[in-house]
Amino acid sequence: MSIPVRAMSKLAWRNLWRNYRRTLIMLLAIAVGAWAMIFMTALLRGMVDDMVRQGIRALPGHVQVHAAAYRDDPSVNHSLTAPDAALLNILAADEVEAWTSRVKVPAMISSEYDNRGVQLLGVDPAGEVELGFETADVVEGRFLEGADDPGIVIGRKLMQRLETRLGKRVVIMSQDPDNAIADRGFKVVGVFKAELESREESIVYAGRQVVQAMLGMGSDISEIAVLGRDYRHPEPLAAHIRAVLPADEVVLSWLRLDPYLASMMAVMNGFVLVWMVVIFLALSFGLVNTLMMAVFERVREIGLMRALGMRPAAIVYQILVESLILLALGLLVGNLLAIGTIIPLRDGIDLSVVSEGMEMMGASSVLYPLLLWTDLLLANAVVIVLGIITSLLPAWRAAQYRPVEALGRA
Amino acid sequence: MAAISCKDLCKYYQQGDSVIKGLDHVNLEIEQGSFICLSGPSGSGKTTLLNAIGGLDALDSGEISIDGERVDQLGKAALSDLRLHHIGFVFQAYNLIPVLSAKENVEFVMQIQGVGTAERERRSMKILKEVGLEGMEHRRPAQLSGGQQQRVAVARAIVSQPKLVLADEPTANLDSKSMEKLMGHFRELNRVHGVTFLIATHDQRVMEWADRRISMEDGRVIRDVLQNNG
Repeated sequence: MSIPVRAMSKLAWRNLWRNYRRTLIMLLAIAVGAWAMIFMTALLRGMVDDMVRQGIRALPGHVQVHAAAYRDDPSVNHSLTAPDAALLNILAADEVEAWTSRVKVPAMISSEYDNRGVQLLGVDPAGEVELGFETADVVEGRFLEGADDPGIVIGRKLMQRLETRLGKRVVIMSQDPDNAIADRGFKVVGVFKAELESREESIVYAGRQVVQAMLGMGSDISEIAVLGRDYRHPEPLAAHIRAVLPADEVVLSWLRLDPYLASMMAVMNGFVLVWMVVIFLALSFGLVNTLMMAVFERVREIGLMRALGMRPAAIVYQILVESLILLALGLLVGNLLAIGTIIPLRDGIDLSVVSEGMEMMGASSVLYPLLLWTDLLLANAVVIVLGIITSLLPAWRAAQYRPVEALGRA
Repeated sequence: MAAISCKDLCKYYQQGDSVIKGLDHVNLEIEQGSFICLSGPSGSGKTTLLNAIGGLDALDSGEISIDGERVDQLGKAALSDLRLHHIGFVFQAYNLIPVLSAKENVEFVMQIQGVGTAERERRSMKILKEVGLEGMEHRRPAQLSGGQQQRVAVARAIVSQPKLVLADEPTANLDSKSMEKLMGHFRELNRVHGVTFLIATHDQRVMEWADRRISMEDGRVIRDVLQNNG
């Protein structure tokens, strides 16, 4: 015999409102729990997303192409030729948002007062902007105007270290393919700021053609940086590029280029689940208590239903439906509350008072909550699935009553 | 074949150091279509016997068969099905579901049985009219008097025309007129549809309606007599 779903559901709904104060308190607890799950997850996601984006911006790109030996020895000797037709074909595909080729070598920068080891980037400025460089971050002067721009753009922190300033000259020194010193004087045409001070201190931008000429590497480049459509899933793009590369060139996604950054994402996913389960465990005590009380108060009725011919499974079903209604209503309110509090914070939460700590974690001082549908679904699934499992205990207890004993209860 | 066969039923309760005999070697044969009253003082075993026959309570020993099927050997689910499809109960206390209206209480068993909405509606309205609760269908138990609640419980027990009705003091809260009406209805169901009635009662007026009177004391059947109610 099947369970009379409509009859049981109607009973469950009405029973829920017999003690409406208790039901409302439990609803509020579930709603606040769901809100905490979703809201805190959005904050954490926002922070990790920012750290990952900052990291990808520093790389830059979701995937990069290098000579096979470049990662071990990022010198001018391990360079690439310009992209061929097959690669250009892929780079023009829809899955690619932007790409650029760059020269990237270690170098020494010197002012008249000090010198520093830096990473010299010979770039095509338009390509850099497409890959994420914000021209608004140039706080003094200007960004490069072309691959043949003879100027140099340095970070704000580096400018302070070198005790130089806009318009002054600095000398860049590196090695050419014959391991001879290659150097050149550059005029500081721009100063950029970055969310991370380490970037301001360690990176300098010069025109790609100017750097290629200085290093005597012709039209060769160090890397091709490619920005895909979704940073969370860069591997398909990497696979497509890998298919057309010669054997001595490699393509790596940011997940491989920066394993620390990638591991943060994996840790985050695990942390979100643990966080949600912990919140639920706190909620579950209230839920079990509510349902237990509801069962104890209705022992006679449960006995009556059993005496009238209702099977134990139908009693279990009725208690579970009560729990499900309670959970669903609580989740509805909790979800609306979470969305309602996250949306007004879309423009970011200013955390400048703890900016140093945020920077140590590789995150910026403005936190943008990130609400993912998957997290919303996960929070709801955790509450529903664990809620039903938790409700099995009171439901099972209710189904075990012997009719004659239950009917005899006062 | 006997509708109900009870062989050597024993049910004992421990109360402190003493043993209370709920049922003490009770033997009964009840034919289909019987109209029987169980009488006896409080604690004589009437309710225990009804509960045992209805599969609500387990026996210490003995055998109960209904239409040849051993009730005492059935599992929980099979007992539920037996009660649902073959037995109507009227309990000593009215035992209505407080969140359901009078009509919904009457419909409840039919809902579990899977009777369609229109048929449920027709039958429940008819039976409520017959027990004098027309116009009170949508009242919840708390809005009904004790007698009215008892009539709802009776209506629920007989609305799906079970083969057997086990009624424990069904007229306890009814006035004479209502009692007469209810017993008349029971009698009609018994005569027209062959429903077997086993009614535990203290009420002499109810006993007069019976074809057979069984008297109990200390868990034993002390008298079992037929009476002409032709």
